[in-house]
Amino acid sequence: MKAMVAVKRVIDYNVKIRVRSDGSGVETAGVKMSMNPFDEIALEEAVRLKEAGTVSEVIAVSMGASACQETLRTALAVGADRAILVETDADLQPLAVSRMLSVLAKREEVSLLFLGKQAIDDDANQTGQMAAGFLGWPQGTFLSSLKVDGTHLVVEREVDGGLESLRLAIPAVLTADLRLNEPRYASLPNIMKAKKKPLETVTPADLGVDPAPRLKVLSLAEPPARAGGIRVPDVATLVAKLHSEAKVI
Amino acid sequence: MSERESMDFDVVVVGGGPSGLATAIRLRQLAEEQGRDISVCVLEKGASIGSHTLSGAVVEPRGLADLFPDWKERGAPLNTPVTKDVFYFMTRKRALRLMVPPALKNKGNHVASLGALCRWLGEQAEALGVDVFPGFAVTEALYDEHGAVRGVATGAMGVSRDGTRGPNFEPGVEINAKVVVLAEGCRGSLTRTLTERFDLRKDCGPGTYGIGIKEIWEIDPAKAHPGRVMHSIGWPLPRDVYGGSFLYHLQDNKVSIGLVIGLDYANPWLSPFNEFQQFKTHPAIRALLEGGRCVSYGARALVEGGLQALPRLTFPGGLIVGDSAGFMNVAKIKGSHTAIKSGVVAAEAIFTHLAEGRTGEVLGYPEALRKSWLWAELKAVRNIRPSFHFGFWTGLTLAGLESHVFHGRLPYTLKHSKGDNEKLVPAAKAKKIEYPAPDGRLTFDRLTQVYLSNTAHEEDQPCHLRLTDPSIPLSLNLATYAGPEARYCPAGVYEYVQDAGSDALRFQINAQNCVHCKTCDIKDPAQNIVWSPPQGGDGPNYVDM
Ligand SMILES: Cc1cc2nc3c(=O)[nH]c(=O)nc-3n(C[C@H](O)[C@H](O)[C@H](O)COP(=O)(O)OP(=O)(O)OC[C@H]3O[C@@H](n4cnc5c(N)ncnc54)[C@H](O)[C@@H]3O)c2cc1C
Ligand code: SF4
Repeated sequence: MKAMVAVKRVIDYNVKIRVRSDGSGVETAGVKMSMNPFDEIALEEAVRLKEAGTVSEVIAVSMGASACQETLRTALAVGADRAILVETDADLQPLAVSRMLSVLAKREEVSLLFLGKQAIDDDANQTGQMAAGFLGWPQGTFLSSLKVDGTHLVVEREVDGGLESLRLAIPAVLTADLRLNEPRYASLPNIMKAKKKPLETVTPADLGVDPAPRLKVLSLAEPPARAGGIRVPDVATLVAKLHSEAKVI
Repeated sequence: MSERESMDFDVVVVGGGPSGLATAIRLRQLAEEQGRDISVCVLEKGASIGSHTLSGAVVEPRGLADLFPDWKERGAPLNTPVTKDVFYFMTRKRALRLMVPPALKNKGNHVASLGALCRWLGEQAEALGVDVFPGFAVTEALYDEHGAVRGVATGAMGVSRDGTRGPNFEPGVEINAKVVVLAEGCRGSLTRTLTERFDLRKDCGPGTYGIGIKEIWEIDPAKAHPGRVMHSIGWPLPRDVYGGSFLYHLQDNKVSIGLVIGLDYANPWLSPFNEFQQFKTHPAIRALLEGGRCVSYGARALVEGGLQALPRLTFPGGLIVGDSAGFMNVAKIKGSHTAIKSGVVAAEAIFTHLAEGRTGEVLGYPEALRKSWLWAELKAVRNIRPSFHFGFWTGLTLAGLESHVFHGRLPYTLKHSKGDNEKLVPAAKAKKIEYPAPDGRLTFDRLTQVYLSNTAHEEDQPCHLRLTDPSIPLSLNLATYAGPEARYCPAGVYEYVQDAGSDALRFQINAQNCVHCKTCDIKDPAQNIVWSPPQGGDGPNYVDM
């Protein structure tokens, strides 16, 4: 069976996000972009299934500007076999992305569609779920473990207050949470080899999907600056201040 | 060791700054022009090209033009011509306008981000067929049976703090190359190792360095004048400290502001970080910055030794370009054009060397360099920096005579007598300096600023700031010099802390804050701190610094 992994290009998690001074968006000029960390985990899981012989091929998919090729090359260096870029300058939102992913999953006849549980830029946490809806497949979201059991998957989900175990029929949509695995580093020889792996470019129109945004951003603002901290001499003062000044207890 | 994979290249370049990228680009240009295949790779420890680059910067396009005569048409990010130069002598309250010294006249130059320029050079390099690998730190040189350098190795990833292998351990890679190019910038770690191994500083002495601390501010659009360039000397620096400020107006209402301080300063109580914070409170600077916001912070050492402190430029198996060698023009505070030029000259010499199948050191490089404009330029200013060893006013006078009257034609060359690490006087003999507390609007503390450098290190890895003797910080640095590393480190990496219930101080290294400026490697009195590269990709994530 084949696996597809969605990888999104986002502002690197080490970079402090800054809203442009005119409020028109987030500063991206010169800012380092990387693969969404949860997608790295999803990709690692797919690659491990391939190394275990369960999966025959891993296809990485990214959507957006041509610069997403860089993210796809990283995926290829980590172990994906080939890559597909859906190239568009449209402001992509979860609905369009999940629709396009479902079209691609069908076209490529994959049995497992992997995603991160959410992207660290918009934190929408919708794409995997909606893709499962479009495909009519079962979904295992927020995964902290995954095992293949013949025609089924046994997964553990991180839910409020604990873990939930599910048994899903294949094909299925799977989204990775932080503890699923620890992704590997791409090695230099593999980065070299990745340059030669196939990368196909398609457009939303090729997939028959209109990527136009359905949601409108009204405004963007930075959280208020943190006021400087103070050092208190003892616990009694701390409690007093929390009560009378911070008014939290 | 055998588990490491190996790769072969004709030339491997260590460092993706202007000098390294220029070397790689020029090599591939020549290969294309002459129809020979030469494989070149660039290894850069930053997570992306430009993420560890920090400069002023006013860029002289001369170097770039030698690489790409059509740099404008190609869209190099030099698009803010300098419109005005001013030079001030600062006192606490006033800014006295002085005649702009010839070295600081910038007609024809551009205010720019060197990080952005490096990113652009990286793209050009890739388009020419260079393999550019950001995120990989070179940690060691590899030697052949005759002791010559035969290549380099990248550091392993996923090593735990105690040196054992973590769950995602990935061994380093050996890269064999006919020529290894050291382009690590000021105070390279591999350069330090090879300099010692091949005794490359035998004839030139220790050299001298500076530390530059820089911020980018977004200011009130009404106060922005893209292309305006200001330099100053004087306040807040004490008379016996060599240094000065720069303030460059960029596009988009941004200004780059910084202070450069010679690391040959003597007073262990001096804190370059706090001097810079204080500088911003000068009425002339406050007026400009107030109402704006600081968006970036960083620091980096500069090489100030000049021509007389250049090490031997070649060694068996390789050569040194850019600030790793020391081609910065201190009088101009510019080294990017000379870094590029040295890369161009090195590439041409390497190309001939390989094409003619020569073995041994690439001696054509230093030879060609001596005939280039780079050498003439550095020769003319060679006495300016060392003049200041005689004190501020004498230095200023000598420097003025050199630049206005003699133009470097005097028959003598002043030397730098001792290493910067030997210059500190005991704390008890020095005047203690009290710095004002930060106000949180114009002036800040170190940790607030480090946050703006986007610095990150994998926490679970061996400490990359190595102490040759772990007892020296307490026995010498604290006892004699009152712990100067806590003051000269611009990122708050070094601390002497007192644990509850104990009278004694303990030395603590917060390695994850390190912005890779290399100051500790230079200034530590006993040269006991050795800066070694942390895991590839770690360190600052500068945005257009
Ligand atoms: C505060 C300040 C202001 C300045 N202002 C100006 C100015 O206005 N105009 C001007 O022209 N010049 C200026 N300079 C000088 C200029 O920035 C340098 O001369 C120039 O950057 C030198 O280029 P380089 O390629 O030699 O080194 P760098 O630019 O330092 O590049 C070296 C690169 O090598 C990488 N590296 C180092 N070690 C390793 C390793 N072991 N493995 C992998 N990668 C490694 C580093 O991460 C870095 O990216 C300024 C410098 C400073 C610090
Ligand atoms: S630890 Fe050394 S290299 Fe790192 S920021 Fe401090 S002085 Fe600079």
